[in-house]
Amino acid sequence: MNRINSTFTALKTNKRTALIPFITAGDPSIESTLPTMHALAKAGADVIELGVPFSDPMADGPVIQRSSERALAKGMSLKKVLAVVAEFRKTNATTPVVLMGYANPIEAMQREHFVNAAADAGVDGVLVVDYPPEEADDFAAMLGKRDLAPIFLLAPTSTSERIAAVGRLARGYVYYVSLRGVTGAGHLDTVEVAAKVGEIKKIVPVPVGVGFGIRDGETARRVGKVADAVVIGSALVQGMFGAYEKSAGDEAKFAEQWLSAVRRSLDA
Amino acid sequence: MNLYDLPDARGHFGQYGGTFVAETLIQALDDLKAHYAKYQHDAEFRREFEYELKHFVGRPSPIYHAKRWSEQLGGAQIYLKREDLNHTGAHKVNNCIGQALLAKRLGKPRVIAETGAGQHGVATATVAARYGLECVVYMGSEDVKRQAQNVYRMKLLGATVVPVESGSKTLKDALNEALRDWVTNVDNTFYIIGTVAGPHPYPMMVRDFQSIIGEECIAQMPEMAGRQPDAVLACVGGGSNAMGIFYPYINHENVRLIGVEAAGEGLDSGKHSASLTKGVPGVLHGNRTYLLQDENGQIIETHSVSAGLDYPGVGPEHAYLKDIGRAEYVGITDDEALKAFHECCRIEGIIPALESSHAIAYATKLAATMSKDKVLLVNLSGRGDKDMHTVSMKSGLSFYCHPECELGRHAAASPNKEQIVQLLKR
Ligand SMILES: Cc1ncc(COP(=O)(O)O)c(C=O)c1O
Repeated sequence: MNRINSTFTALKTNKRTALIPFITAGDPSIESTLPTMHALAKAGADVIELGVPFSDPMADGPVIQRSSERALAKGMSLKKVLAVVAEFRKTNATTPVVLMGYANPIEAMQREHFVNAAADAGVDGVLVVDYPPEEADDFAAMLGKRDLAPIFLLAPTSTSERIAAVGRLARGYVYYVSLRGVTGAGHLDTVEVAAKVGEIKKIVPVPVGVGFGIRDGETARRVGKVADAVVIGSALVQGMFGAYEKSAGDEAKFAEQWLSAVRRSLDA
Repeated sequence: MNLYDLPDARGHFGQYGGTFVAETLIQALDDLKAHYAKYQHDAEFRREFEYELKHFVGRPSPIYHAKRWSEQLGGAQIYLKREDLNHTGAHKVNNCIGQALLAKRLGKPRVIAETGAGQHGVATATVAARYGLECVVYMGSEDVKRQAQNVYRMKLLGATVVPVESGSKTLKDALNEALRDWVTNVDNTFYIIGTVAGPHPYPMMVRDFQSIIGEECIAQMPEMAGRQPDAVLACVGGGSNAMGIFYPYINHENVRLIGVEAAGEGLDSGKHSASLTKGVPGVLHGNRTYLLQDENGQIIETHSVSAGLDYPGVGPEHAYLKDIGRAEYVGITDDEALKAFHECCRIEGIIPALESSHAIAYATKLAATMSKDKVLLVNLSGRGDKDMHTVSMKSGLSFYCHPECELGRHAAASPNKEQIVQLLKR
């Protein structure tokens, strides 16, 4: 069984909310990504979302834009991201890894080839920001053949027909974008989120994660009450870069301490 | 006749086009699609669009026989479709009016746009002023520096110009930023895309609004030249002026369609913007098309002397027309375009935009290989006033600049008399 499904099954039994940190692969340095993934797992990450940097991240706010630019400047590529995941799997066989990124690097590698390489590396799910369900039929099928989960976004503006369309293709979990905006944007309205997540849960047969706008233990705790998973990205990416700038090499330790604190709030 | 009827309902031109955007934008695009489908054939909408094109833009634009130049070349007769005579100085305004009229009908009080050279930004700011809409234009910070005059024009027209600092700080990044704005302000904002790119329905809708160019040509050519042309030529940045003139000719099978891309410092120099000639298919800005990218699928920086052609992608319909062989795509270098620019000024008394100079340059090359009874129709997409600074620099001349402004560029807070005297001597 896909690691994402077994993870969510166990969480459900224990009545816990999944904590999903996002980091950009290759930022703040190529070498830091592997130790940071282990640190996140240790701090209680249930799934790790690994951002594949792209030159034109149109759905991301300034924090992840800059992060992607830094990663690309360091020479990060989709091929290298897969190599990092393969390395991670040598000592961690349980924490699911989801790649999150944009279509073009995948198309440049050839989609079939990418799917096989990702499965071989030990990837569990793939979220392509600019593959909405209407453009993803064949790609979702390719992923399914190798037991990889196609992860889709849902938005405050998604109609019930669209939620149903996503529900037909989605495996693993769906990712509800909690606000109108880009990653790292301002405040989220917990009441509105609760209502929409409730609507999605009625239609979609997989767990619902919420992200975009969760920045600390407190927002994670509030959203965790209504969602199956909370995704937290920009705040972590920014903090890691700050730690790296103060003292290169400290970013993994920072990530571990920071996420542990979020974990405690979420479980409180 | 093989009737051409693309895109399909999902915005695909063969394998190109489509809706490759984040879920957060889908609702806005569906809304736009529905409204465009409703108003596209609405008599009142058409009437207002045509009225504005006639009285605000000055359409129809004439076709002009470049007789002296054709004679000097000794080959085919060159005709120019004078989009340079439009209000605001380029074809861009045709599309802006169409989209602004839609924005009004959708009840959106705020419009946003991306711009490279600033022509689309100026056209959007112009129609926003005309219809009383709030206007925000995104422009790469590199382009803000290169196109200071157009930035000022937009400000005069009441628009806010936002410099974009991400990525390569040029047109593609401005487009990313405009999409981000749209996602955030989708409830009150209409995004006026400036070319036949972006997610469905933009490539189709912008083409439709621009196809007034080709429709007029079909009506005008018999009178001007006694018949339809042997070939239609246009420069291709994103591809809107080219689609505008090509589209009505697609079913005229005997008319060659030739798109001219910017070959920059040469097609093999790595410094060009020839997406169709040198790119490979991929996904960017909401559609699948030919892209200039590296082996890892990252979009690479492009180059052209004309900012309006400096874009790593191209409208998906051009990708399709190339693959099926209905249109041909060729490259013209910076130097060839500049040469044609100067010749057009001296021989015909027309100062063309550097973008359009690419199309003219290829037409002169082609004309020389054809007999005198052949007819070439070139889309003169814009006038060159905006390019004075670039052309004068390329010619090694310093374009006149008021002493204080020169000093401003050298970051002197308050120039003293001596500095001004020194500058005036130069
Ligand atoms: C005069 C002129 N021609 C052509 C272009 C290129 O755009 P497109 O290929 O969409 O016509 C521009 C863009 O700024 C322009 O200003």
